[in-house]
Amino acid sequence: MTATKENLDGTRAWKPVDGRLLDVEDLYVEFRTRDGIAKAINGASFTLDEGETLAILGESGSGKSVTAQAIMGILDTPPAFIPSGQVRYCGTDLLKLSEEERRKTRGSEISMIFQDALSALNPVFPVGWQIGEMFRQHRGMNKSDARERAISLMERVKIPGARQRVNAYPHQFSGGMRQRIMIAMAIALDPAVLIADEPTTALDVTVQAQIMQLLADLQHERKMGLILITHDLGVVADVADRIAVMYAGRIVEQADVYELYRQPAHPYTKGLLESIPRLDQKGQNLSAIGGLPPNLMRIPAGCPFNPRCRYVQDVCRTGEPPLLREVRPGRLAACHFSEEVIGDE
Amino acid sequence: MTDHRPTEAVEAVDAVDGITGDDVLVADQTGAALPAAGGDGEPVRTLWSDAWREMRHRPLFWVALALILLVVTMAAFPSLFTARDPLYCQLSDSRLPPSAEHIFGTDTQGCDVYARTIYGARASVLVGVFTTLVCTLIGGFIGTVSAFYGGFLDTLLSRVGEIFFAIPTLLGGIVILYSLPNEPNSPFLLVVGKVVLALSVLGWPSLARIMRSSVLQVKPHDYVQAARALGASPWRIITSHILPNAVAPVTVVATINLGVYIAVEATLSFLGIGLQPPAISWGIAISEASGIGYITAAPHMLLFPSLFLSLTVLAFIMLGEVVRDALDPKLR
Repeated sequence: MTATKENLDGTRAWKPVDGRLLDVEDLYVEFRTRDGIAKAINGASFTLDEGETLAILGESGSGKSVTAQAIMGILDTPPAFIPSGQVRYCGTDLLKLSEEERRKTRGSEISMIFQDALSALNPVFPVGWQIGEMFRQHRGMNKSDARERAISLMERVKIPGARQRVNAYPHQFSGGMRQRIMIAMAIALDPAVLIADEPTTALDVTVQAQIMQLLADLQHERKMGLILITHDLGVVADVADRIAVMYAGRIVEQADVYELYRQPAHPYTKGLLESIPRLDQKGQNLSAIGGLPPNLMRIPAGCPFNPRCRYVQDVCRTGEPPLLREVRPGRLAACHFSEEVIGDE
Repeated sequence: MTDHRPTEAVEAVDAVDGITGDDVLVADQTGAALPAAGGDGEPVRTLWSDAWREMRHRPLFWVALALILLVVTMAAFPSLFTARDPLYCQLSDSRLPPSAEHIFGTDTQGCDVYARTIYGARASVLVGVFTTLVCTLIGGFIGTVSAFYGGFLDTLLSRVGEIFFAIPTLLGGIVILYSLPNEPNSPFLLVVGKVVLALSVLGWPSLARIMRSSVLQVKPHDYVQAARALGASPWRIITSHILPNAVAPVTVVATINLGVYIAVEATLSFLGIGLQPPAISWGIAISEASGIGYITAAPHMLLFPSLFLSLTVLAFIMLGEVVRDALDPKLR
């Protein structure tokens, strides 16, 4: 347990325990709606170390964004509830902190960038003002100092002509530049963990690459832990160290990025990888995973992936979902038949 | 592009448009024909700067603004417009028609109608402005709080608002003002204050509802979530992220309501329970002028205060509409 006091001299109040920044353990999140309880996250566990990039991969509705929001503590209660689980940051369970203590960790310890930077920036204020707000609010800086810091941050995220554009409004920037501004705001207070929720989805491919490069550079410079939430397998391959694949609110596979691409251990991951269009297979049908992701209000018994799985056996259709287990050294998968899936090339 | 014309020229053209007959029609055509603000080398654009760009090309805006400025000047410095004392009345001059000496004629007591009309602006403007301020502050605060925090607080505040909303303004105003009677020598501001109180008690729910719905609209935006994710406190989120994006509808309705409050004040005074003599107000003047037989015998007594009242109310409603059009990007 470390003090939550802000230190202005640069030494951090929160220190990672053995290089471990974040430890999410058996996290559950449910949305209690009028139509029933939607179980968005069902026992997700993963860790993040200093300087590491963890990609959380999954299709829409798999619970990736909810995971990010749960870590940030920005889910609205009601309708969202966290019935059990821990989110340990530097050894302290964030879910047990008071809202005020938690708020102080946001931005300065754990920060987040959003998918669509245009809607994530306030349209009525100049970007420099918005970046500077981080310093004014958290560090009590005066206006002109905050402005200078905003300009230097804009330069840091490689916005050309930062000094001239500091008073421009979000809609006057292109999509890529807006995402850079969002990144500048997120890293303003030098957080130890940065969560990027589909940071490049709204951008075109060349800009995507630039933004990913920028994130990678910033992470390298500051030894930040980066959680990259995405559904884009291409983005993941370039930058991630480890990948956690999510399905129906569970982590179904966790592995080193090369291992996972070479030999997926879960049928879902395998299906995902096979569905990437390939230039050398022109004219063939694209292979897709049949069926739809389950309705979160009615997750099937047994393994939630069983209706779509090609390895399905009777054991998959009943009882508890398979647990995440070590199928190879350093590789985790939640499938009864992982060994077969890995071996099946 | 019109933007590059000198401002004076634009205004001159607008002014000409303004007097060629039907204001509303001309204004609408002019407004529609103008291109949306934009172009090269454009300085920063915000909602309000865009709105200003849009409004300044509309003659209706300038007409409304000129009328409002005139009325406000009358209210602040009535002596600029008349050297006469509105309380100096010569009974022998009772109900004189307009003449060189009394350009609007005189009333039953022999007071100069012109002077009384000028001095009457003060009560109307004070009631209108203060009621609008109080209603906007109370309504805005309650609307924001109930939308932002939601849940039980929202239910409670919304129901309370609906109770007040259900009371007809005039009826409620009569009841409240009857229970707060004035002494003959009550100070002017106290009398005005009671009217403001009555109208505010009845007027805040409509603004609270509008504020609530626009805060509800702004709240789910990503930038509010982003501000939370970057550690902004609830107060900070409200003041710098929600309010600046949610005030436009309330501004519009408050401007329109200002005119309405002035009309209600006149109505209450007409009924003898708003402001009372010796206070001078348009409502009182209209009330005195509508005695049996006076309308035919001395129509000037009714005409001039009514005209000023109507023009003032009209000016605020026009301004509100121009602001609404300018703030609504869909109408551009």
